[in-house]
Amino acid sequence: MSGWQQLLAWIAEILAIAISVALSVAYITYFERRIIGWIQVRKGCNRVGPAGLLQPIADMIKLVFKETIIPAPAHKVLFVLAPIAALAPMMAAFAAVPFGETTFFGLWKAAHVMAIGNIHVGLLYVMAMSSLAVYGMLLAGWASNTKYAFLGTMRSTCQVISYEIAMGFALVPVMMLAGSLNLADIVHAQEGGFWHWYVIPLFPMFLVYFISGAAEAARIPFDLPEGEAELVAGYHVEYSGMWFASFSLAEYAAMILISLMTSILFLGGWDAPIPQLAFIPGTVWLLLKTSFFVFVFIWMRATFPRYRYDQLMRLGWKVFLPWTLVWIAVVGICIYAPGISRVMDFWLAWR
Amino acid sequence: MERLFFDLFGAASVVAALGVVLARNTMYSVLWLIFCFFNLAGLFVLLDAEFLGIILILVYVGAVMVLFMFVVMMLEVDVASLREGFLRYLPLGGALALALLVEMVLAARAGLFAKHAEHLGREVNNTAEIGKLLYTKYLLGFEIAAVILLVALVGAIVLVIRARKDAKYQNIARQVRVRKEDRLQKVRLP
Amino acid sequence: MGWLARTAKTWLLWELVQGLLLTGKYLFKKKITVEYPEERTPLSPRFRGLHALRRYPSGEERCIACKLCEVVCPALAIYIESEEREDGTRRTTRYEIDMTKCIYCGYCQEACPVDAIVETQIFEFATENREDLYYTKEMLLAVGERMERQIRKNLEADAKYC
Repeated sequence: MSGWQQLLAWIAEILAIAISVALSVAYITYFERRIIGWIQVRKGCNRVGPAGLLQPIADMIKLVFKETIIPAPAHKVLFVLAPIAALAPMMAAFAAVPFGETTFFGLWKAAHVMAIGNIHVGLLYVMAMSSLAVYGMLLAGWASNTKYAFLGTMRSTCQVISYEIAMGFALVPVMMLAGSLNLADIVHAQEGGFWHWYVIPLFPMFLVYFISGAAEAARIPFDLPEGEAELVAGYHVEYSGMWFASFSLAEYAAMILISLMTSILFLGGWDAPIPQLAFIPGTVWLLLKTSFFVFVFIWMRATFPRYRYDQLMRLGWKVFLPWTLVWIAVVGICIYAPGISRVMDFWLAWR
Repeated sequence: MERLFFDLFGAASVVAALGVVLARNTMYSVLWLIFCFFNLAGLFVLLDAEFLGIILILVYVGAVMVLFMFVVMMLEVDVASLREGFLRYLPLGGALALALLVEMVLAARAGLFAKHAEHLGREVNNTAEIGKLLYTKYLLGFEIAAVILLVALVGAIVLVIRARKDAKYQNIARQVRVRKEDRLQKVRLP
Repeated sequence: MGWLARTAKTWLLWELVQGLLLTGKYLFKKKITVEYPEERTPLSPRFRGLHALRRYPSGEERCIACKLCEVVCPALAIYIESEEREDGTRRTTRYEIDMTKCIYCGYCQEACPVDAIVETQIFEFATENREDLYYTKEMLLAVGERMERQIRKNLEADAKYC
C-alpha cells in the first residue's frame, strides 16, 4: 500500500469509528427509553419518525436551543470546560479499542486490527482515559460554586476513584493470563471457542469488572448523581441545556466503553463462540456481545433500586478490592502450581 | 516530525510549569500541573516509553492529582494574601531554580545522559522489558519502595483514625447480611 | 450445606438475577399504552369536562338565573348577572365561567334545578392564550348547541342512578 493510500485508509478508519461511536452514544438513549418502556409494560417513544427513530435528533435539537444558564458566582471558564472534560476523555478512550480484524478485500496484506491506534498498552490507555473523566465531575462541582454541587462532586469522585481501583485489579488476572496489554493480543489469546474465554477462569473478575464499570459510569444501581429527590442530584445540579446533556452523553459513552471492554477482555472480543460460526464476521460478534452488555446495563436500570452511599463505598473497598486481590493470588498460584498449571495452560496463551 | 512534537510538548510543559507557579488561584495551579503531566506523558511516548507515559496519566493524573484537587477544593483561598509573599520568596526560589539548572547542565555535559539514543522499534514491548528489570535486577528496591508506601499508608490511617465512642455507627456488613428469614415472621391469625 | 448454598447464591448474585428475570419477563408482556390522539379510552357518561349552557327544544334558554351554581361553585369560577326580560321572565345577561379557575367538580351541574349548566365530555379545549379560557355566555351556549345530542344521551344514561 502506498503512502497516500495508507493515509486515506487511516482517515476513513478514524471517521468510521468516531462517527459510529458518536451515533451509538446518541441512539443508546433511544434504546434505553424503548427498553425501559417495554419492561414497564409501556411502548416507549415511538412518535418522532418511524418507530420513534428520530427521537435522539429531536432531543439534540431541543437541547441545543435551550438556554444554558451559568450561575453568577460560578467560575465561568471552568464551568464551561467541565462538560467537555467529562465527555472528551470518554470519546478519546475509543481510539485504542479494536473493533475486529480484517484485510478489507485484500487492501491490507495481513489481517489489520480495526483500531485507530493499535498500541502496546491499549488496556492501560483505555483505563487511563476513563479515569480522566473524574475531572469533568470535579471541575463541574467546584466551578458551580454551590454547596450541593460541591457535595455531589465529593460523592461522585470518591465513588469513581474507589471503583477504579477494583476495576484495575480485576483486569490484572486478564493481563496475567494473556501476557499482554495489547487488546488485540488479549483477544487472540482467547481464540478458539467460548471454552477459551477468560470469563470461565475469571468469572468473579468478570462480575467485579462489570459492576465496577456500572459504578464508574454512574449507572443504576450506583447513579447517585441522579438522586435528585434524596441527594439534590450531584455535581451537575447547576447545569442546563446541552452542557447538561454532555454529562449524560459521557455516561452513555462510558457505558458503551465498559460493554466493549467486557466483551473484549472476558468474552473473546471478535471470536465466534464456537469455531463453526467463524464465517460470520468478527465485528458482528463483537458488536453483538457489546449490545448484550449495553442491554444488561439498561435492564439493570429498569430493575434495581439505588445503592445507599456508605454501602456503595463498602462494596468497593471491602468486598471487591479484597476479592480481586485474592483472585490475583489464586490465579498466580494456579499458573505455577504443579498439577493445576496443566489445567491453566488451557487459557495461557503465552506458555 | 518527532522534533516538532518534542518542541511542542517541551514548550507546553514549560509554559504549564510556569502556570503552576504563577496562577493566582490554587485550583488553576492544579489544572496547569495536570496539563504539564500530559505533556510529560507525550515526551515519554516520544522516547518509546509508552508504558511510563500511560502510567503517568493513569496514576498521577487519574488518581494522585484528583486527591490534590480534593485538598485544594477544601482550602479557603484568599487571593490577596497569596500575592503578597510572591516577591519575598523570589530570591530563594530563584536561587534554587538556578542551582538546579546548573546541576542539570553539568550533568548533561558530564556525559551521564547518552548523546543520542536509538529507537527501540515496534517489536520491543517496553512493558515487558520494564517488568523484567523491575522484578529481577531492581526487585529489592521495588519491594522496599512498596513496603515503605504500605507503612506510610497504614501510618497515616493510624494517625488520623478516631472512632468516637459517643457516636452511633451503622454496621453495614450486618445490615447487608440480614436475610428475609431473620426479619420476617409468618403468623397465622385465627 | 445451607451455608454453602447461601454463599454460592451470594457470589453468583442469585437474588439480583431473580430480579432481572422478573423484569425480563415483563419485557415481553403485552403493552398497555393507549396511543392517545389515535386511540382513546372510553369516557363515562358522568365525565366532567367543558361546560355547556343548554336550551329547551323550543330554543328558549334553560337558565333562569337562580345563581345556585354561582353560590355552590367552590372555586368561585362562575359570574352571573341577571335582569328582567321584556316578557317578565328572569334571565341572565352575563353568564361566564373562568376555566382556569374551574376545578371541574360538577357541583354547578348538581345544583342546577333546570339542567341548564352541564359538563360535557370535551376535554381537549386547550388554547394558545389564557384569555380564550374565559368562557362567555355565547361561547357556553354554542357549546351546548354543538353537544346537545350527546348531553341528552349522557343524561339519559345516568338518569337511573340519580
